[in-house]
Amino acid sequence: MNSAFDIIVVGAGPAGLAAATASALKGKRVALLDENPHAGGQIWRAGVGETQPNGARARAIASFQASGAAMFAGRQVVDAGAAGDLKVWVDTNQALETFTFNQLIIATGARERFLPFPGWTIPGVFGAGGLQSLVRGGYDVRGKRVVVAGTGPLLLAVAAHLKQDGAKIVSINEQAPMSRLLKFGFGLLRHPEKLTQAAGIRAALAGVSYRTSSWAVEAEGRDKVTGVRLSDGSRTWTERCDLLACGFHLVPNIELAALLGCNINEGVVQVDSNQQTSLENIYSAGEPTGVAGVEAAMVQGKIAGLAAAESAREAAWLYRRRDSQVAFGHAMGRAFALRNELLNLAKPETVVCRCEDVRFAQLQTHATPGSWTHAKLQTRCGMGPCQGRVCGPALEAMFGWRNASIRPPLFPIPVAAMCSAPAQADETASHNPMETLQ
Amino acid sequence: MPDRITASTAFVTIAVNGRTLRMPQGSTVAAAMLSSDSPCRSSESGEPRAPLCGMGICFECRAIINGVPHRRTCQIVCEEGMNVETQR
Repeated sequence: MNSAFDIIVVGAGPAGLAAATASALKGKRVALLDENPHAGGQIWRAGVGETQPNGARARAIASFQASGAAMFAGRQVVDAGAAGDLKVWVDTNQALETFTFNQLIIATGARERFLPFPGWTIPGVFGAGGLQSLVRGGYDVRGKRVVVAGTGPLLLAVAAHLKQDGAKIVSINEQAPMSRLLKFGFGLLRHPEKLTQAAGIRAALAGVSYRTSSWAVEAEGRDKVTGVRLSDGSRTWTERCDLLACGFHLVPNIELAALLGCNINEGVVQVDSNQQTSLENIYSAGEPTGVAGVEAAMVQGKIAGLAAAESAREAAWLYRRRDSQVAFGHAMGRAFALRNELLNLAKPETVVCRCEDVRFAQLQTHATPGSWTHAKLQTRCGMGPCQGRVCGPALEAMFGWRNASIRPPLFPIPVAAMCSAPAQADETASHNPMETLQ
Repeated sequence: MPDRITASTAFVTIAVNGRTLRMPQGSTVAAAMLSSDSPCRSSESGEPRAPLCGMGICFECRAIINGVPHRRTCQIVCEEGMNVETQR
């Protein structure tokens, strides 16, 4: 029984798979941990019954399997110390395990940004990527009328997939103005692979109405969504639907890096040219270092994996590709910046913190001078099980509040489990990657 | 999904709030609850809630699985004979 590894990678998305593969090929003992039952992360999440996995995903997983790194699926990191230990929750066994590392690579990805608006808690309102994940998980949307709203390139991809899965896309509503997107479009010419992706999506969405400067102001319905009120700033109208898929681009998952004490600036983990954080033995790759998409994540992961395996020199040729992809990510962030109207949609009775049912009116009283800590103490906002992962980015956008303290456990686990001594991770229990990764 | 469900697709049978449901093998419990129009939980003030993020972050999909509360249904795959209930 041995849970000691030279390198542990947290997160088995594009960045984590690339990092683990690169490190293992350098002869290191590598463990790749992910909370999901399968590798691939969110963007490469496999669909139920899918027999032809995405090409890039299949290649990444085949390389990983050939590398000798070990996959531990269904593992959620709940505590970590920079000295080299991780406490990991295994939900299927309802038990804690301990892993130790010399070097750690944080590839924890990103989540969707949500903004509160009247009706956003009604069943049938999902994140955009959220609905896509649920459909991949077997939710049958054939014949359902779906309005897609929010911002970011994800909206188009989600609409295309939902349509393929038999949903009727009523409309796609992008809050950003066309003028800004055109600027973004010109930027795409320097990234031909993205252009073909975009073209493919456009063909898939032929006949679907794609509006810019358009956003959801209210979801209607009682126990179920029945429609959505949309606005273009000068007029509002209602569209009937069964489901609303609404997300506002992405927020980096930086909680693990913050807990370890890595420098964070403007919500992203600070890294040097080798993806090394402010802590010598900790690296980060992909979205935690700034939302830049899958190509950036893969190349950053490879750089981090090589650097953590003392082979940084071999990564130097990748810098240019990485830097160009990261620049693309920054341009994307600017193109899809949130308009102010979106930050003022909540009514006094609108729930902002879904875990604790804290309403907008309760928070407004703390808005000036205001801080999240203050609001937390007064209202329990952000103190529920999601630990502010949903309301936090919303509060930051609306009030400029930022969550100052990250404390273990990073995810809630049963009290009894916290009090019991964690078991050493049993490597024989590591799922055979051949089984786990399918 | 329609293209992926074929004659050879295997199904599992689970119960959602007492109602029997057949789901394609590999489906998440959250997908089953959505398919049966069952909310996953009641909020602090008694509102029905259903999954939001689909990736284990938001905790809106918590429900009772085989008697154990607070299970994130979007991260858990349906197993034959599973008993799922809305968490009130």
